[in-house]
Amino acid sequence: MTALAFVETDEGFVRKSSLEAVSYAKETAGDVAAIVFGEAKDVELIGKAGASKVLHVTDERLAQPNIMAYSSVIAEAMNQEQATLLVLAKSSLGDPVSARVSIKVDAALVSNVSGLPSGDTVKRSIYTGKAFANTVLKAEKKIISIKKNAVIVKENGESPEIVEFSPAIADSDFTVKILKVEKQEGNVLLPEADVVVSGGRGLKGPENWGMIEDLAKVLGAATGCIKPVSDMDWRPHHEHVGQTGIKVSPSLYIAIGISGAIQHLAGINSSKYILAINKDPEAPLFKAADFGVVGDAFNVVPKLTDALKKVQN
Amino acid sequence: MKILVCITHVPDTTSRISFTDGNTKFDKSGVQFIIGPYDDYALARAVELKEQSGGSITVLNVGEAETEPTIRKALAIGADDAIRINAFPEDALFVAKQIASVAEGAEYDLILMGRESIDFNGGQVHSMVGELLGLPSVSPVMTLDIEGNTAKISREIEGGKEHIALSLPFIAGCQEPIAEWKIPNMRGIMSARTKPLEVREPTSDVSKTQVSDFELPPAKGDVKLIDPENIGELVNLLKNEAKVI
Ligand SMILES: Cc1cc2nc3c(=O)[nH]c(=O)nc-3n(C[C@H](O)[C@H](O)[C@H](O)COP(=O)(O)OP(=O)(O)OC[C@H]3O[C@@H](n4cnc5c(N)ncnc54)[C@H](O)[C@@H]3O)c2cc1C
Ligand SMILES: Nc1ncnc2c1ncn2[C@@H]1O[C@H](COP(=O)(O)O)[C@@H](O)[C@H]1O
Repeated sequence: MTALAFVETDEGFVRKSSLEAVSYAKETAGDVAAIVFGEAKDVELIGKAGASKVLHVTDERLAQPNIMAYSSVIAEAMNQEQATLLVLAKSSLGDPVSARVSIKVDAALVSNVSGLPSGDTVKRSIYTGKAFANTVLKAEKKIISIKKNAVIVKENGESPEIVEFSPAIADSDFTVKILKVEKQEGNVLLPEADVVVSGGRGLKGPENWGMIEDLAKVLGAATGCIKPVSDMDWRPHHEHVGQTGIKVSPSLYIAIGISGAIQHLAGINSSKYILAINKDPEAPLFKAADFGVVGDAFNVVPKLTDALKKVQN
Repeated sequence: MKILVCITHVPDTTSRISFTDGNTKFDKSGVQFIIGPYDDYALARAVELKEQSGGSITVLNVGEAETEPTIRKALAIGADDAIRINAFPEDALFVAKQIASVAEGAEYDLILMGRESIDFNGGQVHSMVGELLGLPSVSPVMTLDIEGNTAKISREIEGGKEHIALSLPFIAGCQEPIAEWKIPNMRGIMSARTKPLEVREPTSDVSKTQVSDFELPPAKGDVKLIDPENIGELVNLLKNEAKVI
């Protein structure tokens, strides 16, 4: 069986979550072709993660992500490779693309998948991480959209064969115009991060986020926040974690000055480890956490940052 | 402008989730159902657009009779009429096929949905409907402004925003801060009782996924507390026990 993995890049570098998709496809199908659009500086990583072939789409019109055209191209690639499985990482591009391709190729689609399949059944998270549904994919063609950390990236693959792929694309796929992209460069992206450092109302104001950023920096972590903090514009909306925000599943989630409301927990409960720092020993977050420090964040966080700096030197 | 708003009927965000019948059925006892929070944003924006430029709002839900109070709430908030497709929403494809068949030939200028349902969190239905109807779909939409036949949208992406222009008709999956949630007033609640709610049978029974059973996450062990004066121990635990740094 051949699987296709959709690989996304940021500023020309392959996303780690996409490498997870490649490894997931490899473990499930055995033979993997990956498809990547535009510049990919570290294409050898795709091979290491398990793809024997990389379909490289160089069409200038696709330099910017275009949901409809990407979907057409990926459906075409599945047909060409006779792939019965498409694996991709959940993202703002992966979500719409997977849904459109599922209609185009008549596939069963399951998203938020948290582990490898057993037969035709996958485990996906539902109710915003509060439960799982073991779900059977009832069609010959299958599309699986995975959450971060659904699989560990293997790094034992070979150098991939790189093939140009340029199917014809209908003009009707180009009716949506991207006028401008606003993006902070150089920051670790929240859904990609292995470690997330989040702050809550306990931090009192946006001027105190420096210590959150310092801690995130030593850990190579992304920064997150609770909803009221983004509602008050202390932090940008795309950092807000929870039921109505981003759902994260990092290896380590550090919650600072966050009480642990059920809507926040919903977005973090598939983290591997949770560390809570809060001055109130009764804060509900301590019930969800693996590690906890009862103390004042303004004292504990700088100390933790210093201690981490020391072990890293 | 003729707007279709698709709403879900989902457990309130504070609900504890549990299952019955050997983990094959959602346990509804004691659970309060609401309009999906993201669908509420879609509805609120539809009401604002109608206030600006006139037109009509139809709400649509694919669900069994128990969802009618939720549909009535949407009518109280400002929709003009409603359609319920009388079926259990098997999966995203099943729902998308029902929505597409309602939209086909009805010439909606705009189909608004939530970015995702908060029960199954698929974030799939809008793009499936788009593909079925051959229309663009954009999600998650943070701002939506319409002038004549053109819309300007900002869409959240990882670490930022994308600004988009496209022509009507299209589908949008909405999220905050697109509009403020609207609370129904007394007049709305009264008039909702008599607004038309049409029940239709499903037109297609295609689903491609099936839940075999549900699971709850394993119970967490007790938290390991570390003295704030002993941060070295915390670093040691993270490094050597959890192996996450
Ligand atoms: C429909 C709906 C959806 C929602 N969706 C989300 C969502 O997606 N994400 C989300 O996060 N929230 C969401 N919320 C909001 C949520 O219910 C809570 O209001 C919010 O998460 C609380 O944030 P908090 O823990 O920072 O604030 P608080 O509850 O005010 O807690 C602050 C904490 O900081 C601690 N603290 C104070 N000072 C210090 C100090 N110096 N050092 C250490 N600790 C300190 C306090 O002990 C307290 O525990 C939603 C709410 C609703 C109604
Ligand atoms: N049963 C349903 N009836 C009507 N609309 C729905 C239904 N399920 C999903 N939708 C719409 O599709 C959006 C995305 O849902 P989902 O793909 O399930 O995350 C929701 O926010 C709703 O607007």
